[in-house]
Amino acid sequence: MPTALFYTFAALALTGAAWLVLTPRVLHAALALLLTLVAVAGLMVLWGADVAAVAQLMAYVGGVLVLTLFGIMLSPGGRGGPQSDAVNRLSGWLLGGLAFAGLAAVLRPADFERLPWRAAGAGVPVVAPEGSVVEAGTGLLTTTVLPVEIVSVLLLVALVAAASIATDPVKE
Amino acid sequence: MLLLSALLFCLGLVAVITRRNAIVVLMGVELLFNAANLNFIYFAPADPLHQGRLWALLVMAIAAAEAAVALAIVLRVARLWGTPNLQ
Repeated sequence: MPTALFYTFAALALTGAAWLVLTPRVLHAALALLLTLVAVAGLMVLWGADVAAVAQLMAYVGGVLVLTLFGIMLSPGGRGGPQSDAVNRLSGWLLGGLAFAGLAAVLRPADFERLPWRAAGAGVPVVAPEGSVVEAGTGLLTTTVLPVEIVSVLLLVALVAAASIATDPVKE
Repeated sequence: MLLLSALLFCLGLVAVITRRNAIVVLMGVELLFNAANLNFIYFAPADPLHQGRLWALLVMAIAAAEAAVALAIVLRVARLWGTPNLQ
C-alpha cells in the first residue's frame, strides 16, 4: 500500500511539474505548482517527515503560492490573463535532458537500497514513527538552533525588503 | 525517490530556462527547491538525529524569503517596463 501511494504521489508531482513547464498561461502554471507542492507534501508524509509536510502545506501552499497569485494578479497581462510563451526551447530542453541523463546515470548504479540504514528497514515508504514531532521540536531548539535563528532573521529582513521594494515611491 | 527528485529538478531547470514570464521562472525555482527538499527527506533516516527533516524546514523558509523579494522586484520591473517578461 505505501508503495502504491508513493507512485500515486510521484505521478501527481511529475504531472504538475510537466504541466507547469508546458502551459502557456501563468495562472495555470500556478495551479500546476499547487498540484506538485501538495504531492510533495504527501511524499514527505510517506517518508516519515510529517512536520516538514505540514510546514510544506502551510509555508508553500499557504504562503508562497498565495504570494505568487498576488504577483500574477498585480502584473499586467493581456486578454485571458498573463501569458508566458517559451523561449530558448531547444537549449532549455537539451540542458534539462542532459542534466537528467547525467543524474540518472549516477543514481542508477549508486544503489542506495544497500546502504546500512536502508537495509535496516529505515525509510521504505513509512508513516512517521511515534514521537517525530517531539524529535523535530527538540532538534530545532538544540542541534539546529543557530541555523534556525539565522534563517528567521534572514526571513524578517527579506520580508521587510520585499515590502519596501514593492511600494511605489512616486505615489508617496 | 531520488530519480523522482532528479526529474523534478530537471523540469524546474527547463521551466527556468524556457519560460518567458518572470513569475513562471520563479515557480521553476520553487520546483528546484522542492527537489532539494525531497533529497533532504530521503537521506534524513541515515542520521540518528534525523536532521535532514529539520533542514528541509529551513530550505522552505529560504524559499519563502526568495519568493517574497523576487516577486517584489518583478512587480517593480513590470510596472517600469509594462511587462513581466524577460528578454
